[in-house]
Amino acid sequence: MSHNKETLREIVIETAGINPRKCMKCGKCSGACPAYDEMEYHPHQFVSMVEAGKIEELMNSEAIYMCLSCFACVERCPRGVEPASFIEAARLALIRQSGKNHLKAEEIPAKLNDKLPQQAIVSAFRKYSK
Amino acid sequence: MTFSYYPGCTLKTKGKDLETYAIKSAEVLGVTMEELEDWQCCGAVYPMAKNEIATKLSSVRALVAARDKGQDLLTLCSACHHVIKRVNNDMANDQNVQLKANNYMALDVPYTGETTVIHYLEMLRDRVGFDNLKKAVVNPLKGVKIAAYYGCMLLRPSKTMAFDDAENPTIMEDFIKAIGATPVVYPYRNECCGGYVAMENNAYATKKCNTICTSAKEMGADMIITACPLCMYNLDANTTENNLPVLYFTQLLARALGVEEDAQ
Amino acid sequence: MQRIGVFVCWCGSNIAGTVDVHKVAEALKSEPGVVISTQYQYMCSEAGQTLIKDAIRDHKLTGIVVCSCSPRMHEATFRKTAAAAGLNPYMVEIANIREQCSWIHKDMEVGTEKAIILGRAAIAKVHLNAPLVAGESPVVKRALVIGGGIAGIQTALDIADAGFPVDIVETKPTIGGKMAQIDKTFPTLDCAACILTPKMVDAAQHEKINIYAYSEVAEVKGFVGNFSVKIKQKARMVDTTKCTGCGLCVEKCPMKKVPNEFNLGMDKRSAIYIPFAQAVPKVATIDPTACIKMKTGKCGLCATVCEAGAIDYTQQDSFIEEKYGAIVVATGYNPINLDKYDEFAYNQSPDVITSLEFERLTNAAGPTAGKLLRPSDGKHPHTLVFVQCVGSRCDVANEKGKSYCSKICCMYTAKHAMLCREKYPDTDVYVFYIDVRTPGKNFDEFYRRAVEEYGVHYIKGMVGKVAPQADGTLLVQGSDLIEGEQLKIKADLVVLAAAIEPDKSARPLATMLTASMDTNDFFTEAHPKLRPVESPTAGVFLSGCCQGPKDIPETVSQASGAAAKVIGLLVKDSLTCNPCVAHSNELMCNGCSACEKVCPYGAISYEDKEFRMPDRTTAIRRVASVNPAVCQGCGACTVACPSGAMDLNGFSNSQIMAEVDAICK
Repeated sequence: MSHNKETLREIVIETAGINPRKCMKCGKCSGACPAYDEMEYHPHQFVSMVEAGKIEELMNSEAIYMCLSCFACVERCPRGVEPASFIEAARLALIRQSGKNHLKAEEIPAKLNDKLPQQAIVSAFRKYSK
Repeated sequence: MTFSYYPGCTLKTKGKDLETYAIKSAEVLGVTMEELEDWQCCGAVYPMAKNEIATKLSSVRALVAARDKGQDLLTLCSACHHVIKRVNNDMANDQNVQLKANNYMALDVPYTGETTVIHYLEMLRDRVGFDNLKKAVVNPLKGVKIAAYYGCMLLRPSKTMAFDDAENPTIMEDFIKAIGATPVVYPYRNECCGGYVAMENNAYATKKCNTICTSAKEMGADMIITACPLCMYNLDANTTENNLPVLYFTQLLARALGVEEDAQ
Repeated sequence: MQRIGVFVCWCGSNIAGTVDVHKVAEALKSEPGVVISTQYQYMCSEAGQTLIKDAIRDHKLTGIVVCSCSPRMHEATFRKTAAAAGLNPYMVEIANIREQCSWIHKDMEVGTEKAIILGRAAIAKVHLNAPLVAGESPVVKRALVIGGGIAGIQTALDIADAGFPVDIVETKPTIGGKMAQIDKTFPTLDCAACILTPKMVDAAQHEKINIYAYSEVAEVKGFVGNFSVKIKQKARMVDTTKCTGCGLCVEKCPMKKVPNEFNLGMDKRSAIYIPFAQAVPKVATIDPTACIKMKTGKCGLCATVCEAGAIDYTQQDSFIEEKYGAIVVATGYNPINLDKYDEFAYNQSPDVITSLEFERLTNAAGPTAGKLLRPSDGKHPHTLVFVQCVGSRCDVANEKGKSYCSKICCMYTAKHAMLCREKYPDTDVYVFYIDVRTPGKNFDEFYRRAVEEYGVHYIKGMVGKVAPQADGTLLVQGSDLIEGEQLKIKADLVVLAAAIEPDKSARPLATMLTASMDTNDFFTEAHPKLRPVESPTAGVFLSGCCQGPKDIPETVSQASGAAAKVIGLLVKDSLTCNPCVAHSNELMCNGCSACEKVCPYGAISYEDKEFRMPDRTTAIRRVASVNPAVCQGCGACTVACPSGAMDLNGFSNSQIMAEVDAICK
C-alpha cells in the first residue's frame, strides 16, 4: 500500500492529532531533546517536514527509531505541538504497512540476556512492530 | 486502606524485588494491596497515536475492574502507571477512544475514566503521608546519600500525569528524607535513560545512562533509586562509567521499616 | 401616526456588495408610516447627512431609520444630523445592516432579505419612540490616579500642570514603580533613576498633587464626573507628618534579615525600612510581619532612637473618602512567576536569575553595588546566557505561560548583553532568541550594535534545559537552528526574560470600576485604535502596562494621552447625561428588590410611598426608585423585574417587543 504525498501528510497529522501549524519554530523541542545527536532529522524538523508534506523522508529516516519517547519535547513545547507524536505517527505510517516491522520476532532471542526485563521486549515490540 | 493493585509483567519476573518489598512495606503501613484478577500486560508504552484503540484495552480492563470493586487503582512500575493513567485520561476526555473502547468491551456500565490511578509513591505521600511514614521508620538510613532517578514516565506529560513538578520534582527526595537518608539532587534525574532502545541499541542507552550516573556521582550520591524495572536495568547493566548501586525505592523502604529480610 | 424616513447606506461596497440596497429601500417604502425611503453611497458623508436633513424638513418627518453600520460607529453622527434639522435626536433608529448583515453573509439574496427584516424592526420601534431630553450632571474637578509608577506619575503631572488637583494612590511605601528598579534605559542608555527621580520629586512637590503611598483603593461608587472613592491607608506604624526620613531607625533596627523586595530578595533589609534612597515620600515603614515589637511586644528600639517621635506601634489602617471626576488606572505589571519553568532551573540554582534581578545586579544601588557578581558565590561570571521569551508567546491552552509577546524583552536583553560586554570585555555573552523584535525609534540599530560592535552571540533557537553542575557552572542545552546543532554551553550565569503580566491588583480593581478586561487581565480600551487610552467605562482612563505590555517611551506617551483625556473631561462644568435610563412604574412595582440586586451601578434604591387605593384608603408601599444620574441604561433591571414595572427609556419593553414582532412577521 502506498499513498500519495498529500494523503500521507493527512494520515500523519490525523494520527498525531496535532496541528503542525501551531509551531512557532522556536526550537525548544530540539534544545530539550536527549536524542538530538542520534537523529538526522530533529524534533522541530519533524513538525516542519510534516507541515511541508515530506513524510516519505521521515519514514525512511533513522530518527524515527532514535526518539526515546521521553516526552521532554511534549512537556516543554510552549505551543502545545507534540513533536514526539509526529515522530510516532511517521513511524506508524511505515510499520503499519505489511512487512515493514522494524523489529522482527526472530531477532529477539539473539538480543536477550539474563537481566533484560520483559518490559524492554514488550515496549520495543510496541514501538517497532505492528 | 485497601487498593486494587496492578503489578504488570515485569514485577512478576525480573522485577520481583520492586513488588515484594512494596507489599511487605505496605502491610506495615496498614495498606492492603489487592492484586486484580486476570490483569493483562499494559503494553509498557502508551500508544500516542490518536487512532490507536486496541492497544489501550488492557489498561481499560484494569481500570474497569478497580471501578467495579469501588477501589482506587494502585500501580508500582513507572511504565504501567504512565500507560494506565494516560489511557484513563483518554477514557475521560477523548470521545473517540471512549466511544470505541466502550463499544468494543460492551460493558454493563460504560467506563468514562472514573477510577483514580495512584502510584505507590503518591500513595505514600498523599494517603499515608511522609510524616507518618517517618514515624513508622525503625531503621533510619542515616548518612546515606541517595540520588532519586525519576526518568520520564512518572512525570511527563505533567498535564496528564500530575505526579509532581515535571522539571523540579520533590516526591522521591521527600521520600528519601522520610526514611532518614539524605537526598542528592542532580540535574539529570528527569532525563531519559534510553528506555526501550536498550533492547536493540545498547550503546545508545549507555550514553544516556553514563550521563545520568556521572551527574549523580559528581553531586555526591552513594546510590540511585528508581521505580522502574527498565530504568533499573539500564542504569545497572548499561552504565559503563561512574556506576553506582541502583536499588528499587521499595527495597530501601522495606529496609527502613525493618522488613527487608522478611520480604525475601 | 409617525411620519418616518428610511435611509439606506451603501457604505461603498461594504454593504452594497452583499445587500441590494435599492431593493431594501424599495421594500421598506411600503411599511406603515414610511413617507420616504431612499439610498445613498455614504450616508455619513456631508452630502448624505444633507440628504437626511432635507428629507426631515421637506417631508415633516417625525422619526428616521438609518440602515447602515453599527450604532457604535455612527449613531451619534445621525442623532446630530436629526437635531440639526430640528428633530429630537432620540427619534433616530439605526438598523445595523453592515456588521450584522453584509459582513457576515456572502449571498446577496440572503443578505438583502435580512437587511429588509432589520429595517422593518427599526421602523416598528420608531413608531413607539418618544422625544427624550438629556439632563446634565456636574463634574467634580479632581482626578484619581491609581498606581504611582512612571505611568501614574506622568499622568498626574500632566493633569496637575493643567491646574486640576490629582491624588495618586500607590500600594507600595514609595512611588517610582518598576522604573525605579531599572538600571539603564534603552536605546539611549541613560540612567533610569536619573530621569525618574526628578519626576518623583516634581510629583511630591506639586501643589496640585497629593500622594497616598502605602494605600489602596477600597471602594468605588458613582459615575463619570462624580466618582466617590474610599481609599485605605495602610498602617505604616510611622507618622508620616513627623518622620524626616533620617534613617536612624533603619540603622538601629535589630531585625535585619528580611528579604529586600526592592532588590528582589537578593539582599536583606531591616524590619523598619525605606525602600531606596530616593523614595517618595521618604518616610520609614514598619513591616509588621518582621518587626520584633509587633510580633512579640519586645524591642521598640526604633521608637527610642527616633528624635521626631514618629513611631506609633498602635497605628491602624485608616480610610479616606474623596470625590473625583475621572479615574486613571496605572497599575502596571510584574514578571510572571517562574516556578513552572524549572527546565531553566530557576528554583534549582541561585545563578539562574530573571532580567529584573539582573537590573538590580548591575545597579550601583543594588545588592552588589553595581558589580556583576554571581549570586551563589559572589564571583565574576565569564559566560552568560540570556534566554528570551520565557513564558511569552505560548499557546492559549498552555497553562504555564502567556499567549502574548511581552514586547520589552528583546530590547532590554540587547541592553543587558551590550552593557555586560562593555563593562566586562572578558565575558562571553549568548542570547537565545526566537525572533528579535525591535520596532521602535533607534531600536533595531541598538540591537545591531550589540551584535556588531559588542560581539554578543545571538543564537536563533531556544534553550531546552539548564543543568546545574557539581562544579557550580550551569550547562545550558539549547538548539542553534541556523547551524543545525544542539549547543551545550557551560555558563556562569543564566538570565531569563520572564513574560510580564498585569499586577494582581488589577482584577479586583476592574470589578470595582466595572471596567472591562481581556482574558489576560489587561484592561480593555474603548477602541483598540481610536480610543486607546480610555476604558469603555465612562470616566475611567488607562495608562501604561495595565492596558498591555509597553516600554517606557510608549508608557509615557499613553500616560500623557490619558491625562489629555482627563483634562478634556475636567474642564467641563457639567456632562450631558444619557436620557435612556430606567424608570419604575410605581403602580406595578411590588418592592421585591430584584432590580436593586442586579443593578451594577447602585442606581436603584427603595422608598416607602403613600398610595391612594381604589377603595379610597391610603396604603404605604415599598417601591423602587431610579437615580437617573447614576443609571447607565444597561437594562439589567428591566429583565430582572418580575412584574414588568421597570422600563428603559428608548428601549422600552413595548419597543423591543415591536421589533421582535416585526422580525417574526
